Order: sequence, then C-alpha cells, then structure tokens
Amino acid sequence: MKQFDPTENSASIVSITDRVRPLVIGMPVTSVHFLGDRAAFVGAEENVALVSAEGEISQVAVHGGGILCTASDGARLVMGGDDGRLVALDKAGEVTLLATDPKRRWIDNVALHPDGAVAWSVGKTAFVRGGKAEDKSFEVPSTVGGLAFAPKGLRLAIAHYNGVTLWFPNMAGNAEFLEWAGSHLGVVFSPDNKFLVTTMHEPALHGWRLADQRHMRMTGYPGRVRSMSWSAGGKALATSGADTVILWPFASKDGPMGKQPAMLAPLAARVSVVACHPKQDVLAAGYSDGTILLVRLNDGAEILVRKNGAAAVSALGWNAKSTLLAFAAEDGDAGFVEL
Amino acid sequence: MAELSSSKIPAQKIPVTVLTGYLGAGKTTLLNRILSENHGKKYAVIVNEFGEIGIDNDLIIGADEEVFEMNNGCICCTVRGDLVRILDGLMKRKGKFDAIIVETTGLADPAPVAQTFFVDEDVQNNARLDAVVTVADAKWLSDRLKDAPEAKNQIAFADVIVLNKTDLVSKPELAEVEARIRAINPYAKLHRTERCQVALSDVLERGAFDLDRILDIEPDFLEAGDDHDHHDHHHGHDHHHHDHGHDAHSHGGLKHYHDEEMQSLSLRSSKPLDPAKFMPWLQSLVASEGQKILRSKGILSFSDDDDRYVFQGVHMMLEGDHQRKWKDGEPRESRLVFIGRELPEQKIREGFESCITA
Repeated sequence: MKQFDPTENSASIVSITDRVRPLVIGMPVTSVHFLGDRAAFVGAEENVALVSAEGEISQVAVHGGGILCTASDGARLVMGGDDGRLVALDKAGEVTLLATDPKRRWIDNVALHPDGAVAWSVGKTAFVRGGKAEDKSFEVPSTVGGLAFAPKGLRLAIAHYNGVTLWFPNMAGNAEFLEWAGSHLGVVFSPDNKFLVTTMHEPALHGWRLADQRHMRMTGYPGRVRSMSWSAGGKALATSGADTVILWPFASKDGPMGKQPAMLAPLAARVSVVACHPKQDVLAAGYSDGTILLVRLNDGAEILVRKNGAAAVSALGWNAKSTLLAFAAEDGDAGFVEL
Repeated sequence: MAELSSSKIPAQKIPVTVLTGYLGAGKTTLLNRILSENHGKKYAVIVNEFGEIGIDNDLIIGADEEVFEMNNGCICCTVRGDLVRILDGLMKRKGKFDAIIVETTGLADPAPVAQTFFVDEDVQNNARLDAVVTVADAKWLSDRLKDAPEAKNQIAFADVIVLNKTDLVSKPELAEVEARIRAINPYAKLHRTERCQVALSDVLERGAFDLDRILDIEPDFLEAGDDHDHHDHHHGHDHHHHDHGHDAHSHGGLKHYHDEEMQSLSLRSSKPLDPAKFMPWLQSLVASEGQKILRSKGILSFSDDDDRYVFQGVHMMLEGDHQRKWKDGEPRESRLVFIGRELPEQKIREGFESCITA
C-alpha cells in the first residue's frame, strides 16, 4: 500500500481520481457490498445491480418496493423490504425468499452472524433463524431500531427506545437490558466483543463496556450518525455525521472513556459514509457534496478519490482482498477504484 | 429548540397532512374517500390501525404511535419515533407518491406528530407539515370538549376542521358547537359536512394558502363560522381592505363562548418589525412560554427586507423562512397568531410592540 503514502512535501492533496472507473447504475443507491468478485449496489427500491470488476452490470429484482435494510457476509446479501419480504442474494445472483411477513409489514432491520444465522425485525419483534432450528422471536417494548450479532456466541443486540436488549436466542432465561434514555437506532459490537455502541436519534452515539455496563457518551455531532465502521482490528470506530471523520479510540480496555476522538479529513461538507480498509489503518470517507477521500488513520493524510460529484455519497465498500473500493452516490453515479 | 433558519425552502419537500379527530368522528371515512376518489394524486398513508382502511395499497403503512422524548432538556419536546422511521423508509420511494397523510389515533395529542416535522433534521429535509386537519363530530364534540382534553387539543391544533355529522344535529346545536370551536380556535378553516363530504382540495395540500387566509381573519368577524356556507349575505368590501368574504353579518342569538382554558391571540402591525429585536423576542417567548403555546404562526414584514417572512411553531419549536417577495401594492403588514392555554396576553402584546420599528 505504498501508493497511499503522500509525498513528504505535499502542499496539495494527492489525487487518484484518474484511477476511478465510472459506472452508471441508473438508480439511487443506498449501500454496496462485495459478493465474491462482484459488487452488489443496492437500489433504494426493487433492484440490486451486480457489477463485475470489469464493469459488467446485471440487474437483479429483489423486492417489490423499497429496500429498507441490508447485511452481507461476503457470500450472500440479505435484504428486508417494505413489501414484507426478507430475501437473500448469493454470489451467483440467485435470489432466495427467506421469510414473508403475513401482514406485509415492513422488514426494518437485518443482521448476519458469521456462522450463517440471520436476524431480522418487524415492528417490535426480532426474529432469529440459525441452522436447522425453528425460527425464534423476541419482542421488545418499542420498535426495533437496529440489530447486531455479537462476534462470539449466538447473542443478538436489539436496539430500541431507551436502551438495548441483549438476547441469547438459544438460552432460556431473561435477556439482558442496557438502559439509556432516548431512541437507539444503529447498533454494533466491537470486534473484540468488549463494547457495544449505538447511534441515537439525537446526534450522538452511546456505548457500553459489556463487562461492567459502564456508559460511554459520545456526543458533539452536528447531525445524526448514520454510518459507523470499525478500523482493521477494531482499534477505532469511524463515524459520519460531522464535517470531519470522527474516530473514537477503542484500543485500550476503557475504550473512549475520558478520551477525545480524532477528527480527520475536514471538509466544508458533512461526512455521509465511512468504510474502513479491511486490513490497513486507512479509511474511505464519502461526503454530502460527493467528495470521496482516503484517509490514513495515524496521521490524517488524505488522498482524493473523487470530487465534483452532484449528490451525497451514499455507499462505500471494500472487496475482501482490499484491492477494490466501490462507491455510489444518491443519484446513482457510481464507480470502482483499483488500489 | 427555537431555530429560525434563513435558508430558502427547497422546492421538493413532500407535503404531509396530519389527520386527527376524536374517536368516531369520521377520520376513516375521510381517509377512505381520499384513497378511493379519482383525484389524480397518489398518497402514502400512515394509519394507526391496519385493516380499518378497506383498500389494498402498498403505500398504506401501519404505525404504532411511539412518542419519544428528545434528550435535549426540553420537557415538551416529544416526537413520533415511528414516524421518523417510516418517513425515512418512504423516502426510498420518492416519486411513487405526491403527498403523505398521517392519521393519528382518536386519543392522540397532535403535538408530537407536528413536532416531528420541526425537530428531526432528516424529516425536515424531505417533508413539510402542510396542515393539521381535525375531524369533529357535531353531535358529541361539545361534550368531549368538556371531558376529553385530547379533543380540545385537536381543535386547538387544527388548520382545517371538518365538522362532520351535521345532519345529526339541529341548527341551534350546530351553532352551539361552532361557537365552542371558535372559542378555542377562531382561525381554522371550518367545513360543515355529512359523512365527510368535503372537497378534498379543501383539506389537502393547503400550504401557504391557508397561512395567508388564517392570518387575514379578524376573529371578531368570525362569530358565525366561515362564510361560504351562507348564501344570504352580500360581500361587503367596505370595512377592511382584505377581509373579503368575512363580513360582520350577524346571526341573531348566537352565543359567544370564551373557553376558560384555551385561547387565541392575534397581533398585527402595519409598521415593519426590527428583525434584530423580533427574532430574539420570539425565540425567548417560545422558550419560556412554549408549554402554554400550542401553535404559533405568522407572516412578517421586516425593515429593509423585500421578502415576506413566514413562520410556524409548535410549543417551543419554530420554523421560519423567507417565503417570497412582497407584491406591488400588497400591504406590508405583519400578522401573528398564537393559540394556547392560559396565554400571557399582556406579556406577548408588549413584547411584540417593542419589536416594531419606530
């Protein structure tokens, strides 16, 4: 990754805009995930565009309406829609219907476990399907805002109003409840399983150290945080929502407690998406003005990937080999960057 | 909470109509009409109970009314959490519908749903509150106003009132219930209906039109409700330059009520306001008295400003913007309305006076 190093005396920013291979997806894109060698650009409604590294595009119909949530483990992409259907798309482009809500209620959230279990939610109810066991469900007091599987064991975090419920679908007994006033939306475990972090309806994150349930308040954002990404090895959590990438330190046993976050790559635009490099201490950041930067975490050095976009960057994703970065904007303008 | 922006309103915000009304007033009847009539528009409808609507449509979304407090130290700052989520999801289907209707349950306080459009940044960027439409039962409303605070709130919040089931009451009873409504909210556009037979254009996508109209009304002329249901008077243009249609025609024997709890207050000035004084005054007023102020609205003329400034508010939240240039010949008059509980009238009047340029 030598090419990431900006030259010592770089007064102007290093640019790799000439390495972008533009793609015309032809629909608003909300997220992008790699399925094997192809990138799956998820449309706001109905379709996914599968794009090979050579730029060959094939559209796959997945939902009969809006696509509300996605999760991918690299082998398959699971999506919930406002048509009340939960579907999976595999590397070959085959679509499988996993579940249907009998009342056609919205499938609001989805999560995937490394062992293949899938969780989804409809209103206040979270469902888990793992292995050959029957589907299990759990109801929380208010509508589910987000779902995440713990990296170890079958344990599901269910974010909702006033806290997060930690549910062990295969164990009898009570679920654990982490309380914090307010509406919790997105939720993630740290890769080392020590911390849990939620995005809130207010422009703030909230975190818990799972061992002792100590609280971590991460505030100061001008806007709601919609995108979070763990750096390689889980040493830091990168977030959107401000005019810089906000990077919270998680390397020590206390996480970000009592520490200030790093603020990287300031621009006169709001960070809309972040995606950390899978192996190196580098992240990709997309902005509300369409700009994309690569940012080195240790010193904040920047490389320009894209500028003069028309719409906000809505999706960023790295392939597993970390040789390709896929991006897309709200207007469907998209591309690959080879590294 | 008081945030008045100076940015221009983006054109593409989707209008949202909030449909309220006490149990049994006829909300579902009105919704069914909106969904079944051939008006060339497509509505996404957020209903509180699935199944009441007898129409299959993938843009009908069931919602649980989840009222969330915001963690911002403002005690009346509540929003509808489910609505934030549903509107976010609906925005993925932009282009598939022209407007959104949110139905509330009969016992709902309209404040959280209205406040959702002020407090949530994403909602604000995509949608705008067009009007609160309250369906009221002509036969039972007077009783409910006495025993159900929700019913009173719904009347106070309304921009449009559909006074339904008028066929079930006598003329004096109808006059009585209208007087009760006007005692609380003299500014809402009132339509008398049977089975919610009101022109849909009178309840949907009212926008700035209603704001202008509301603020043109002199409440004193409104004793008998709206004019257009009467055919027995002549339009007089003699008494006020723009009270066209709201003549002081008298209806003998009409009672004039004062609601003990809920009042309204209107303010006017034909001299321009000083924005450096007015904005801080309004913001501090709603910050200190916001719990009492249910709704506030205004069209403002500022000194050295050729644009009309419009604002509306719910409790402590305000939203305002430059709307358009004043037209040639249009009187540059500032007009404000407050509806609320135990309004500190003298304090508001004096504060307003102090913002008028000498």
